[in-house]
Amino acid sequence: MRRFLVAIPYAWLLVLFLVPFAIVFKISVSDYAISIPPYTPTLDLAAGWEGVKSFFSELDFENYIFLTEDDLYWKAYLSSLQIALLSTFFSLLVGFPIAYAMSRAPDHWRPTLMMLVILPFWTSFLIRVYAWMGILSNEGILNQFLMWLGVIDQPLILLNTKFAVYIGIVYTYLPFMILPVYATLERLDESLLEAAEDLGCSRMEAFWLVTVPLAKPGVIAGCFLVFIPVLGEFVIPSLLGGSGTLMIGKVLWEEFFNNRDWPVASAVAVILLLILVIPIVLFQRNQQLNQERNG
Amino acid sequence: MRRLTGFNIVSLTLGFAFLYIPMVILVVYSFNASKLVTVWAGFSTKWYGELLQNEAFLDAAWVTVRVAFFSSTIATVLGTMAAYVLVRRGRFLGRTLFSGMIYAPLVMPEVITGLSLLLLFIAIGLDRGVLTIVLAHTTFAMCYVSVVVSSRLMTFDRSLEEAALDLGASPFEAFRLVTLPIIAPAVISGWLLAFTLSLDDLVIASFTAGPSATTLPIKIFSSVRLGVSPEINALSTIIIAIVTVGVVSASLISKSQISRREREVRMAET
Repeated sequence: MRRFLVAIPYAWLLVLFLVPFAIVFKISVSDYAISIPPYTPTLDLAAGWEGVKSFFSELDFENYIFLTEDDLYWKAYLSSLQIALLSTFFSLLVGFPIAYAMSRAPDHWRPTLMMLVILPFWTSFLIRVYAWMGILSNEGILNQFLMWLGVIDQPLILLNTKFAVYIGIVYTYLPFMILPVYATLERLDESLLEAAEDLGCSRMEAFWLVTVPLAKPGVIAGCFLVFIPVLGEFVIPSLLGGSGTLMIGKVLWEEFFNNRDWPVASAVAVILLLILVIPIVLFQRNQQLNQERNG
Repeated sequence: MRRLTGFNIVSLTLGFAFLYIPMVILVVYSFNASKLVTVWAGFSTKWYGELLQNEAFLDAAWVTVRVAFFSSTIATVLGTMAAYVLVRRGRFLGRTLFSGMIYAPLVMPEVITGLSLLLLFIAIGLDRGVLTIVLAHTTFAMCYVSVVVSSRLMTFDRSLEEAALDLGASPFEAFRLVTLPIIAPAVISGWLLAFTLSLDDLVIASFTAGPSATTLPIKIFSSVRLGVSPEINALSTIIIAIVTVGVVSASLISKSQISRREREVRMAET
């Protein structure tokens, strides 16, 4: 009975999570071929040991070498890293004051404020990105508004730029930044701030010397929660970024669906995974430290 | 009693304006009579009418709901089992790998999950359709369920289970009569989370859906790629309305439960 309990979810994840990665890796060292499926070699078990041997002898790292030669790929990796880093920073800039104000709000307001932060998270991601298409387009609300104000006399090009991508990312990932930061700020012992002020700190000094260092675990968690998924983001750059915005998630998608080059798409995925391992391990360590500190 | 300073009021106002104005604009323009989304031409509900006539959207919506229902239900069973094993069972062979596989999908880019599952389905010759989307969604959703359920399992008093076992319950009876009722709220929120994630997913569904099954996000995505359309605004409004009603009523229910519990505690004390 107990063994059964472990075995079912274990087997499920092995077959539908681990084995697929092995397949991705295998295809990434295969060659592109015009056939179905579009790669070679395929493992021919009927040929016995000879089949297995010839299968392994045909695998090579050609696709990875190709990724370093064509500058599209490394440019896309770098540009994804840049977009992920900057948008994480912007999310912190926008999210911290909101989380801070929420933690200072009267007790009976806080459940409502929490609900207002979580509500957009339950609404469709796609729809929230789509909402900005109507706002940022040339005839969109933002341009109409700015022209009505007289700030500009012809529409600004906002949609299909990196600017639109940053807006879209900050907008959709903001709850992931606000919630962990709020969780640490809410637990903050207010007597510490009073003590700092009694000892001669100004309110500003007390904020920088007490509140900010104590909020650090939440800020770090929030930054990882934004940075990690944004690195592989596909929907936002393809709806708001236009052809000028390179992001690796979009390159992988196009390589697979438009060029039908499965081996190269798989190699792109393997490298993306290798890049992600670093932030994921750091994030896990941060979470463990937090748990030990609180528990 | 905490009080808000001027700065805090300003940041709350601007922050929530930023979060909500785009959605309000979407809702307002879904009632626009004009085909041009940016020109206001009077109030009309005709896009809702056209949406209800659009068979392709209705079919996709039905596929999406079915996929979400089956995948979230299987994911809840598997995720609860996984959480129970991870929290209640000490060491077993391959525990590190198991917990790694539970946490990895949470941070995995969707393009990689989608690609890897598609390559698996092709390798084993499984035709792509509703079944493959359900399998894919169950896999990542069970990890979310297991995180939600295990955080509840970790905080509740283990001696209750032990008492049940001492009094002669079988392990299964102890789980069904003691553990399950206590973790039920977490199991339900895990199911809701899995359901919503499945409804919302575009990327993994695009990789694993075949020509025979299109989900609503895939349909929306292919139509908004061509630009803004009033029908999509109407559809978005319906989705926003359903989610708002759901979230607001869930928070009202939990609020009234908390205040009832507080009242009972006060009654018990006096």
